[in-house]
Amino acid sequence: MRLIRRFEERVAELVDANEIAGICHEYVGQEAVAVGVCAALAQDDIITSTHRGHGHIIAKGGEVKFMLAELFGRTGGYNRGRGGSMHIADLGLGIFGANGIVGAGAPMACGAAYRFKLAGQKRVAVPFFGDGAINQGVLHEALNLGAIWHLPVVYICENNMYAITTPLREVTKRPPHERARAYGMEGSVADGMDVQAVYEAALHAVQAARDGLGPSFLEFETYRYVGHYTAEKLMKTSYRTDAEIETWRLRDPIQRWGRRLVDAACASEADLERIHQSVEEELDDAFVFATQSPLPDARTALDHVYHTTYAGLPAPGYEP
Amino acid sequence: MTQRRLRYLQAMNEAYLQEMTRDPDTIILGEDIRGGIRGETKGLLEAFGPERVLDTPISEAGFVGFATGAAMAGLRPLVQFQVPSLIYVAFDQLVNQAAKLRLMMGGQAKIPVTYTIMVAGARGGVAGQHSDNPYPYLLHAGFKLVCPSTPYDAKGLLTSAIREDDPVVFMAPAMALAQRGPVPEEPYAIPLGVGEIKRRGTDVTVVAVGHLVPEALAAAEQLREEGIDVQVWDPRSLLPLDKEGLCAAVRDTGRVVIYDDSARTCGFAAELSAILAERVHDVLKAPIKRITRADTPMPYSSPLEKAVLPTPHQLTEAIRTLYAHNPSTHRRPHVEA
Repeated sequence: MRLIRRFEERVAELVDANEIAGICHEYVGQEAVAVGVCAALAQDDIITSTHRGHGHIIAKGGEVKFMLAELFGRTGGYNRGRGGSMHIADLGLGIFGANGIVGAGAPMACGAAYRFKLAGQKRVAVPFFGDGAINQGVLHEALNLGAIWHLPVVYICENNMYAITTPLREVTKRPPHERARAYGMEGSVADGMDVQAVYEAALHAVQAARDGLGPSFLEFETYRYVGHYTAEKLMKTSYRTDAEIETWRLRDPIQRWGRRLVDAACASEADLERIHQSVEEELDDAFVFATQSPLPDARTALDHVYHTTYAGLPAPGYEP
Repeated sequence: MTQRRLRYLQAMNEAYLQEMTRDPDTIILGEDIRGGIRGETKGLLEAFGPERVLDTPISEAGFVGFATGAAMAGLRPLVQFQVPSLIYVAFDQLVNQAAKLRLMMGGQAKIPVTYTIMVAGARGGVAGQHSDNPYPYLLHAGFKLVCPSTPYDAKGLLTSAIREDDPVVFMAPAMALAQRGPVPEEPYAIPLGVGEIKRRGTDVTVVAVGHLVPEALAAAEQLREEGIDVQVWDPRSLLPLDKEGLCAAVRDTGRVVIYDDSARTCGFAAELSAILAERVHDVLKAPIKRITRADTPMPYSSPLEKAVLPTPHQLTEAIRTLYAHNPSTHRRPHVEA
């Protein structure tokens, strides 16, 4: 969680300094959801992620140096500089891609789960999506496919209460998890600011899916402390009050978990400090790796479009 | 070559059966696959069982995304659309996902999915939402795409499409499906990106796509009696496109009519015209002529439908016009370099 938090804070600084191109959607505040869910997964389980995907990727085992290199558009990045923040993927780690289209990963997770089922593998597929996806048609199609084909899928709804600036309550009548029942699967809600609560809920659902008991739907109530994306702080937005943000910060998942570890004598303050220190070192190293990784050669711009290329395919925009 | 003659749908059926037998990672899915009322999916359920032959809910976006995910996890899905316009319902999953994921992932993903699009084009009285020939959209999105005109090509190109490790669209033109033709029983693959001269001729080249190929061949026979020797070239594969074959077929005669049932504006014929204008302008004895569908949703009533589709009458007229065009008396304007 600490690594995700600090990765996002550092990335935001780099975006603000124009060292990283474009925009990033920070996961700050929501760390417990990614970490709690992915702690319940095996490496060969798969996830699909969202535009706010950095946290999921780190939690699923992604290395920050390859992520940062991707954000810098370097050949050493996860996607060789072809994807950027919203498309980071590592199929070897079961990360079937962050995705810039809300809800779009859910049917892909179903397809992967179908493959696991057909092959008799006890693997699970986990699509992450936000409350904003809950009214997206393709998500509902994916919920139905998971239910009718009894797939090993655990649908994870991260309810951070806002679709950009639109409050969930204005566009959705009932809590997201209540929809699950209509498709014939269990739906439940838990505290997304408590990593232990997330882990326990996820472990139960993942185990059920692994045991052939079919899909389920978990909603986690959470909050992003920062804007929808890095550029939001430059805009005068007023869709959330400072008091509301402060209320959620008091439930901070990293501080809560740290306190709990210390109270239970599982860790000392010094242990936590060592973790903080190692996180900073890992990020320092990642920055060095990323900035030393070469930029792609312009002559490779048409590489990787197809597995099998042909004469004139893909076509360049100019033929001398 | 065998004398055995099959219908187009039987040729497709044989490719499905043979390739699904060859590769146990193949699955087929879509709406009403098991029932298979037209026949191209006949026998698949009995041969491969319900786990590999899936009837989906009416959820085009959902099952296209499902196929993408299944492909990335190791399967080789065949997705069938029963009507071309249904691809629009799934457009995000096709264009933003299946077509882009490999590049966006830096080449990590292999997405071997075949989309068969049945009854493409107008077929008489099915109006605005059941008459489209939507390949220009798919070509813009970068999909490899084949549109076979004969049962022989249908089997060979469907086989190649299934074996390809990228998404490939197979368009089955409605007006080509009733044809019979020679089809060898053993499996065979026609490579993508290789067009074919369907009829040799010396006076005018007709580039025809899909069901318009047999129409062009009929027109060629008719014009033979008038002493015009027509060459007919079929691209078969629209992407990758056999640009060398196209240019060679036009160089043979120096005159070209493009006969294509997709939109006029930014349609497939527009792209072919541009390629020819760039590459073989030096041999053209007459301007390039396009015969396409008019830029309009398909009207229902029969005379209106006929008025907006490319017709054999337009084709013979265009061929005669080009044949009569005499470059010695109608010099092309010459621009100093």
